[in-house]
Amino acid sequence: MTAMEAYPAASDEAIIEVEHVSAGYGAHRVLEDVSLQVRRGEIMVIMGGSGSGKSTLLRCLLGLHRPCNGMVRLYGRDIAALSGRQWTALRKKIGVAFQGGALFNSMSVGENVCLPLREHTRLAPNTMQIISRMKLEMVNLAGFEHLMPAQLSGGMLKRAALARALVMDPGLVFFDEPSAGLDPIVAADLDNLILRIREATEITLVVVTHELESAFKIADRITVLDRGRVLMTGSVAQVRDSTIPRLRNLLTRTAEQQPLDAEQYLRRLTGGTD
Amino acid sequence: MNPGGLRGFTERLGQRAAGGVEDFGYGALLLAESLYWLVLGRWWQQPVRLRAMANEMVEVGVMAIPVLSILSFANGAMMAMQGIYTLREFGAESQVITGLAVSVTREFGVLMAGIVVAGRSGSAIAARIGTMQMAQEIDALRVMGVAPVRYLVSPILVAFVVMMPLLTLLADSMAMLGGGLISMRELDISFATYLERVGSALTPADLWQGLVKSLVFGVLIAVVATTNGFNASKGAEGVGRATTRSVVLSISAIVVADMLFTFFLIL
Repeated sequence: MTAMEAYPAASDEAIIEVEHVSAGYGAHRVLEDVSLQVRRGEIMVIMGGSGSGKSTLLRCLLGLHRPCNGMVRLYGRDIAALSGRQWTALRKKIGVAFQGGALFNSMSVGENVCLPLREHTRLAPNTMQIISRMKLEMVNLAGFEHLMPAQLSGGMLKRAALARALVMDPGLVFFDEPSAGLDPIVAADLDNLILRIREATEITLVVVTHELESAFKIADRITVLDRGRVLMTGSVAQVRDSTIPRLRNLLTRTAEQQPLDAEQYLRRLTGGTD
Repeated sequence: MNPGGLRGFTERLGQRAAGGVEDFGYGALLLAESLYWLVLGRWWQQPVRLRAMANEMVEVGVMAIPVLSILSFANGAMMAMQGIYTLREFGAESQVITGLAVSVTREFGVLMAGIVVAGRSGSAIAARIGTMQMAQEIDALRVMGVAPVRYLVSPILVAFVVMMPLLTLLADSMAMLGGGLISMRELDISFATYLERVGSALTPADLWQGLVKSLVFGVLIAVVATTNGFNASKGAEGVGRATTRSVVLSISAIVVADMLFTFFLIL
């Protein structure tokens, strides 16, 4: 059973709109003319192999990387046109769980989860503590608030990062590679947690992953990136049944054989000299 | 030298120069943004936290007291020994106290404090921010709507500006003490006489010169360390390089700044 079948359809209102975005690093283009929409309440999985541009797209969505072309709108607002104050206000409505957790090593788990509250609210310390415990409870980390990040396992780190991402009750949460580096049981547990959280909070989730099983389990819709371009966007069933050759290769884990060009090969070996 | 070699050399030189200008500009921006948050943070409801400043002050200032005291004491004693040895040839060894008092308060106290702080705290700050950069902690701050410069740099800047003058006074005192013990033994004078001669040799301007320099050195070390931390890349090796670069550049910057100060204040 996919997430789509288990959960009522998302609304048509687009929370994220990406229009013809191209981005790169220096002369190296990573994304080329990427367009997609994420609707309120849905779980959108951005899927693709290594080097497909997933992480760069995520950085563009978070305002950490400026696209060279195109536009990104969050909650209907062009993020390139936002002032510092408007960005800060918008970011309070967004939670992000990074791939490695990105917890602050000098703080305990509880302090990490409390940090956004401490910076953006004037709640009493006791209230903050209660809220952070509630969020840790939500991700099955109750009682671990006194531990330091270095004392947590990979799965616990990701769950603590998710608790921090949820602490401001955001409407939109980004989760970068939730299953990466985890054993299948812990990864499956994290997928269930994502589904439970969506059910309990009705938030919109954007999950970046290269794990097929995880993507098919949690996604309402999937956007498949390949070599910096959108290969297709569709429901789990549509992606599964797709006949696009490169997507089939990804689904069947088949490496594409590049035809060998002897001249180019020699040029690569000699560093481009004749 | 073959033309390719010359071309490669000039290209590398050009890249280094451009990188230096870029780093300088980045450091200036960090300083400006840091001051901006210190002045206007409260108005934007994003104040620089007092607790963060206090923590940095302990790290930069209080923790440096033992090593700075020992080094300054030893430096003062060595200066007195060398001065007495040199001036004895001219029968002017009693003048060592004047030389010691003036050179320590104007130059060596603040220089010693600067070098110790750059080596201890400058490197630690560059390593800390560099590691945070690698672990995406800086990105995490940004996406949480917390300005990294306000959260990380402003408290460091305040700590350096507050603690450097205090550490300079400590270095001055310990160097005087070290020099005093040698002078008492070699010149056969009492500690009260030594202090009296130090007092008559110094003017308030001597002390001020050292203290003003200490403020400038504090800002320089803070900016160089944080700039190198934020610009760290390429994993653990990059953090190591940023740390080394921070120490070398901080010490170079304070020595050159010291020379310029002395040139404009004395000549």
